[in-house]
Amino acid sequence: MIDRKHIGRVSGAHTVEVEKGRLRFFARSIGETNPIYYDEGAARAAGYRSLPAPPTFVFCLDLEKDNPFKDLDEMGINLGKMLHAEQSFTYHAPICAGDAITIENRVSDIYDKKGGALEFVVKDYTARNQEGTLVAEMRCVLVVRN
Amino acid sequence: MSTVDFETINVGEAVPSFTTDPISRSTLALFAGASGDHNPIHIDIDFAKKSGMDDVFAQGMLSMAYLGRLLTNLAPQKAIRQYGVRFAAITNLNDRITCSGKVLEKFEKDGEQLVRLELTAANQTGDVKLSGQAVIAVAKN
Repeated sequence: MIDRKHIGRVSGAHTVEVEKGRLRFFARSIGETNPIYYDEGAARAAGYRSLPAPPTFVFCLDLEKDNPFKDLDEMGINLGKMLHAEQSFTYHAPICAGDAITIENRVSDIYDKKGGALEFVVKDYTARNQEGTLVAEMRCVLVVRN
Repeated sequence: MSTVDFETINVGEAVPSFTTDPISRSTLALFAGASGDHNPIHIDIDFAKKSGMDDVFAQGMLSMAYLGRLLTNLAPQKAIRQYGVRFAAITNLNDRITCSGKVLEKFEKDGEQLVRLELTAANQTGDVKLSGQAVIAVAKN
């Protein structure tokens, strides 16, 4: 069982730069073909400062910290037994190449179903840009199959 | 750039769907690198077997990114207000994912005209892998 003491656990803020090459690689890996995700001229013509990060990319920014699975390790969660149960994003402003995004997260709940056979961890994240603007919020629900 | 006129689209109406190429091991390896999700369960068959799985399987976020393309095909990305999914089943190797959606509701909030879409990602046999919703602002002409 995951110790419920971890509810409220805050993962310290980390800041990551949004890189053009990485955005293009991501866009390619998901089969995106719209030129605004590859060509800065096209992105600017569409009203973005530079290449926009695709809608789910903010999730990837959190994985850029030094040891992205450290929090899970410290909660005793085995990666091989974990699945993504739910994921949601609320968008407030675009994230573009060149931005420095600061991400923080908090474990907002841990609960179980089926007599503990399934345990759920709910994490809420905020992402702010270099101007301190809240650009996105996200919620990630992980399920551990015990 | 919008392929759908949200001002005139009706509740219940479907938006244009698409189907991906089959998901290969290369797809998973490239997405692991591009997304930064290096969880070996998706790229290392030895690790997957040790964890009790028959083989590696797709990152949930890969299918969510595919389904996100349905949204960015429809509307400027800046118009997307919310996007969320529940992962209903594991997406396997060789699955071809069909991303589809329909209008659930049209409403106004904080002076903005919004459309709520119901979203589904399913494989070639119709097994639903992701179900979700998105809220998109209607572009003003």
